[in-house]
Amino acid sequence: MSKVSVRVEQLGKCYRIGALTQRHDTLRDQLVDFSSRLVGRLRRRRTAGPDPANYVWALRDISFEVERGQVLGVIGRNGAGKSTLLKILSRITDPTEGSVTIRGRVGSLLEVGTGFHPELTGRENIFLNGAILGMKRTEIARKFDEIVDFSEVEKFIDTPVKRYSSGMYLRLAFAVAAHLEPEILVVDEVLAVGDAEFQKKCLGKMGDVAQQGRTVLFVSHNMSAVLRLTQEAIVLEKGQLVMRALSPEAVDFYLSSGHARMGERFWTEEEVPSQAAPFRPIAVRLLDKKGNVVDTVRSTEPITLEWEYRLSAPITGLRVGFYLNTARAEAVLTSFDTDEAGMFEQYTNRAPGHYASRCTIPADILNQGRYSIGVNASTYHVKRYFQDEQAIEFNVDASGAPGMQWHEPHPGVIRPRLEWSIDQI
Amino acid sequence: MEKQALKTEAGTLILRPARGWMALNLLDLWKYRELLYFLTWRDIKVRYKQAALGVAWAILQPIMTMIIFSVILGYLLGVPTDNDIPYPVFSFVALLPWQLFASALQRTGVSLVGNANLLTKVYFPRLVIPVSAVGAGLVDFLISFVVLIGLMLFYKIELTWNVLWLPLLVLLALLTAVAVGLWLAALNVQYRDVQQMIPFIIQAWFYASPVVYSSTIIPSENWQLVYALNPMAGVIQGFRWALLGTQAPDASLAVSSIVVLLLLVSGLYFFKRMERTFADIV
Repeated sequence: MSKVSVRVEQLGKCYRIGALTQRHDTLRDQLVDFSSRLVGRLRRRRTAGPDPANYVWALRDISFEVERGQVLGVIGRNGAGKSTLLKILSRITDPTEGSVTIRGRVGSLLEVGTGFHPELTGRENIFLNGAILGMKRTEIARKFDEIVDFSEVEKFIDTPVKRYSSGMYLRLAFAVAAHLEPEILVVDEVLAVGDAEFQKKCLGKMGDVAQQGRTVLFVSHNMSAVLRLTQEAIVLEKGQLVMRALSPEAVDFYLSSGHARMGERFWTEEEVPSQAAPFRPIAVRLLDKKGNVVDTVRSTEPITLEWEYRLSAPITGLRVGFYLNTARAEAVLTSFDTDEAGMFEQYTNRAPGHYASRCTIPADILNQGRYSIGVNASTYHVKRYFQDEQAIEFNVDASGAPGMQWHEPHPGVIRPRLEWSIDQI
Repeated sequence: MEKQALKTEAGTLILRPARGWMALNLLDLWKYRELLYFLTWRDIKVRYKQAALGVAWAILQPIMTMIIFSVILGYLLGVPTDNDIPYPVFSFVALLPWQLFASALQRTGVSLVGNANLLTKVYFPRLVIPVSAVGAGLVDFLISFVVLIGLMLFYKIELTWNVLWLPLLVLLALLTAVAVGLWLAALNVQYRDVQQMIPFIIQAWFYASPVVYSSTIIPSENWQLVYALNPMAGVIQGFRWALLGTQAPDASLAVSSIVVLLLLVSGLYFFKRMERTFADIV
């Protein structure tokens, strides 16, 4: 038997944009559409082909192979086609072109807790969820104790899960999923559940799966998890496979290239309210140390925030700055370009013109995670010219940050490189 | 042909764009029978949770309906029954298969949309969902059947060996619900209009079935056969015959069975054809 367990050849998946945007197309729409096509046909005696503008290729021309026992990482930005790829591999949706050859039973964890019913007890949900994930009843019964043990919810196993805390719910859900034993496992971001302690356990479980010689396809935004769990990774970009390499190389490539759009925000004329005048924001962008626009930055490198704007009339006392928040909306810091007394004196009166205010966030400050930047241009206690609470979002990757040799989360918003000394007294 | 191409070597599966008419692959349904069981079990289990009267609802609903029918139609309007059977038993015998069918159709019709989270996250033969939706009503049916026996004892109507036909008649009612339900469920994925239509379809169907009246009001033999194009007419006549000893529905039942078979096969093919896009458009 061949060593290849998954072979993907020229795979493509095309969606109709209409089907994506107007999800609940009604019979009436279809009838209108049908009759207009009919009229068009009578008039031109032939139908035009499908309008390419109405279709979008979520994946195109993807080919790769995964060998038995290999753990392959799949990385890419949101919308790069990762989820579509996993959905095709796990048979949820059909490809539009190309083919996939799979040798062995596929188990997919696209989301934990699929099919959990809030009214049913933990015990009942283990059986239901197990059956949905494709386990036999005898198999679930055999692993039942192990699952309960892993989930740490023994005491509440006969309580309806709607009374569970969200942490308990996720732990139970992951516990069932983790005991699935397919030859090929397809995993999407499920490790991002639960508290630090539980995450550690989940990562351990993933490692076990790999060591048992089963094939794993692992999709994640968590680069350190990708580095730790996979030997090789593929990088997807706009539905294309742009790279396949050893994981460190692939992660490097992903972190340092081609993600400009996310790290930059332009404002069009219409988006700027009229009361902002004479202040006219143009763009805000996040730059790495080489000056590239990025949406994923390394914790170990400095980043520069640049805000470009124009003044059509002079403003006295203007301050231009930003708020940095975590994705969970915890404030991290606020800073303005005229915070320093010296700067404030120099720019008390800002003349009309085209400006860029830049500031650098030093290396070794932020912990890994997702952050958002809001911008504000105002004069103290007089007027707020412009504000956008969520101008851009970005990810911080902690590879190489202090403490990364320990495979566990470092709680906290910041992750500075602190000086330690050890003295024998 | 398609089928051979798909299974080249044991345990190997090839996924590629589906074209044309695929094999029905009903064997898949058998392989996933445990999931079928668990989903049905879930529906039954969840049904009366946190309802103070619990399973009593299974009895209350048909009894209340029967009382209303008996007072208004039987007593006030004097609707005639076959062989002068008391109206309460006459209507209750028909209500049992009717409610079984109506609730099965209702649940099947909305089953795919109701389980959208499963469709977009896990693979299994999609047929499992509408089929499992049918089973849950059976428990209600069995419970109210006990009430029926009580009612028959009260009116001193004796059971005959004909009751042995009931399981087949129940099966026919359920198959009718699945057959129509497959069409509705698949259409509902794309057109939510169907969801709005289902209560109306059920209501119209109710009047087209001999629940509150006797099918003998249909004048000629030939019209009887046309009437039997509604499979529920055959099922309900069958129920009255098996339990109350009214006229046997031989020819009607044959017509009904053929109609169900046609609906079921076409429904299965239609469902199979639509199935591959469910996850994308639901």
